[in-house]
Amino acid sequence: MRPLDEKETTQVFEKLFKFTGPNLKHLLERPAVEGPDPEPGRYCLRLHRNRVYYASEALVRRATAVARPRLAGVGTPIGKFTHHGAFHLTVHALDLLAAHARRRVWLKPDTERNFLFGNSVPKSSLARITENTKAGDGVVVMSMADLPLGFGIAARSAQDCRKADTNAVVVLHQADAGEYLRKEEELM
Amino acid sequence: MAKKGPKGKPQPLPAPEGKKGSKAAPPPKAAKRVPKKKQMLLESSDDSDTEQQQHLQEEDSDLDLPSDSDAEELSGSDAEADELSGSDAEGSGDEVEEDEEEEEEGDDESDDDPLADDFLADSDDSEGGDSGIESDESDDLEAKSRAIDERKLKAEEEAEEELKTNIRSESDEFRLPTAEMFPAVELVEVLEAFEKRPPECLRTNTLKKQGASSFLPVMALAPQEKERIVDMAAAPGGKTTYIGALMKNTGIIYANEFNEKRLHGLLGNIHRMGVTNTIVCNYDGKELPKVLGMNSVDRVLLDAPCTGTGTIWKDPQIKTSKDIEDIRNCAFVQKQLLLAAIDLVDANSKTGGYVVYSTCSIMIAENEAVIDYALKKRNVKLVPCGLDFGRPGFIRFREYRFHTSLDKTRRFYPHVNNMDGFFVAKLKKLSNTIPETSESSKASEGAVEKADPSGDDEDTKAVPDEQEKSVPDKDEKAVQMKNHKDTKKANKGTSEPKPDKPAKHLKNHKKDAMETDGPESTETNEDVKEVRHEQTKQTGNKKKIASDRTKKFAPKSTSVIKEKKPVSDKKRKRKWQFKLRRDWEAGKKSDKRRKV
Repeated sequence: MRPLDEKETTQVFEKLFKFTGPNLKHLLERPAVEGPDPEPGRYCLRLHRNRVYYASEALVRRATAVARPRLAGVGTPIGKFTHHGAFHLTVHALDLLAAHARRRVWLKPDTERNFLFGNSVPKSSLARITENTKAGDGVVVMSMADLPLGFGIAARSAQDCRKADTNAVVVLHQADAGEYLRKEEELM
Repeated sequence: MAKKGPKGKPQPLPAPEGKKGSKAAPPPKAAKRVPKKKQMLLESSDDSDTEQQQHLQEEDSDLDLPSDSDAEELSGSDAEADELSGSDAEGSGDEVEEDEEEEEEGDDESDDDPLADDFLADSDDSEGGDSGIESDESDDLEAKSRAIDERKLKAEEEAEEELKTNIRSESDEFRLPTAEMFPAVELVEVLEAFEKRPPECLRTNTLKKQGASSFLPVMALAPQEKERIVDMAAAPGGKTTYIGALMKNTGIIYANEFNEKRLHGLLGNIHRMGVTNTIVCNYDGKELPKVLGMNSVDRVLLDAPCTGTGTIWKDPQIKTSKDIEDIRNCAFVQKQLLLAAIDLVDANSKTGGYVVYSTCSIMIAENEAVIDYALKKRNVKLVPCGLDFGRPGFIRFREYRFHTSLDKTRRFYPHVNNMDGFFVAKLKKLSNTIPETSESSKASEGAVEKADPSGDDEDTKAVPDEQEKSVPDKDEKAVQMKNHKDTKKANKGTSEPKPDKPAKHLKNHKKDAMETDGPESTETNEDVKEVRHEQTKQTGNKKKIASDRTKKFAPKSTSVIKEKKPVSDKKRKRKWQFKLRRDWEAGKKSDKRRKV
């Protein structure tokens, strides 16, 4: 487990920025509840076997005692680096993103399942969308009950969504909660 | 059992007769009218769980009153048993009698063959025959009841003998302990219940239908926020995630899993459940103290790998695939893991200092024996689990005698609690120091350790606070009776009767042991005590008395090392054990007399 170097940090932050915007620093600077210490520390990112973990400093400090081959995870993984060095966010980041993302999309109740199976979101599924969404923004997909279902990239801006026809893709799927069941093996 | 007033509950005569009269002599019986028998039956059956009754009504007639039987098992007082069986006998009809005999035979069968499916067949047959008899001979009740009593008496005698031979013979070692854990009738229920699947839990995916029994150890553990917790065998993650939920993602959970293949599921569940304060690692539990540091965490949960005899419904192969070697190996590993878990915990932690040990097995060798071993080897004591249901663990079983505090452990059975067979024990670590003798002595459940004459002194000295009132001489004597005779006598003169000692947990432990434990436990307790004694020796016996009386747990620093006498003879275990047992009982009686 090691801290990310420059390049890696840039990559991770780029991806996160799409979702959080200027809130990004808040992600790392919020007080950390984890850890047995009474004063909360901060959060940090660590790299371990091509996965990026988001954990509080206290947790990270204690995890250094565990040998590298024996460590399986610290805190929550938020993404992984592929073989050729690209970084992708995984579904484990959902909770984090849902808490800090600026743009959200709400799905109609009947259409949730379609998204959870890994498909993109067509306009017909759309119930609500945050007003000032731009194309290419990171978007968190929620159910009508405000339950985060997954996240993706907005294919159109909010205004364009109104004009689009019913089958046009609105959100490009990146990750959804159904992957915990579908892609159990691949996730880890 | 006091006879209650007759209840008007209508119950068919064949139904909950249940009677486990195999172990006590029936009182002399006058002729009883059938209705009165029914009433008696109702009275006795009132003592049992209502669940049992309903169950019994549906099932065969030979089902028993488990609560009564259990009370008998655990308390082990023959007088009680007599009363119980007496009242039971009153209510039992012809069918029961024959069924009992059948049961006893069936019991033997089940002892030898874990797949005791023949059991039900026997009782079915007898039941059919009985109903015919009953209607014909209602006039002849008196003679019949006498005949029944005689038969019962005979059956009990046979059972007694059989029981005795069981104790004596080595070859019995691997009979399923269920035969003695449960009375015959309850045994049927147990075996049946093991076949059925208990209610499933809601969690799915890799967590796959963990029953409620998975949550019991965590409830016992009671993790607080901002604590450091270790889960030593975390996969598939039901307990770890529950701990995380209770802690609300504060503090730290070290989730350790030895098996790499199961690590995957563990990680998946942790992340899916949104538990963020975990460090997941892949160690052998025994190594954890080295990795994380001794005395470093607040609480440890050890859900030990076991033979899985409590979860037969998941894997029926368990009934046939486990043998004595498996159990021994499991027990060995479990003991080592438990010691490692105890070493991990910080006794001085502000909020914690607890270890919860649980298995999904009902075997004594994996449960009570392991806890007893830990009590001897480390400075820990048992505390109530915080679970108010479930049966207390065994204190005595076959030839084993465990520490009395083992009744604070809890056993759960499918036929009683409607969940997997389970065992939970909660230990509190009293001090971070490791008793020295524990490291040098060999580890085995009932092994008699060296008998230090010095240990004897210390034994008499090391008496727990609450017992300190008791006459020292008596203690000494009692201890002596339990310990090696020669060395004891040698030291009798030297050791001061004052039962004072820096009160370590061992005091309580020891006193309990002296009062109620059999020779074996006492033996090893003594060894552990030796260390204490050694440490305190120099201050002198008499001095200890006054100051120690008030102290609960004196710091080890006050104690001084006393030279240990060499290990004296190790007698042949069995003969000596029986002798000691007799003496101990005699001593116990005299203790009681003196105490009062």
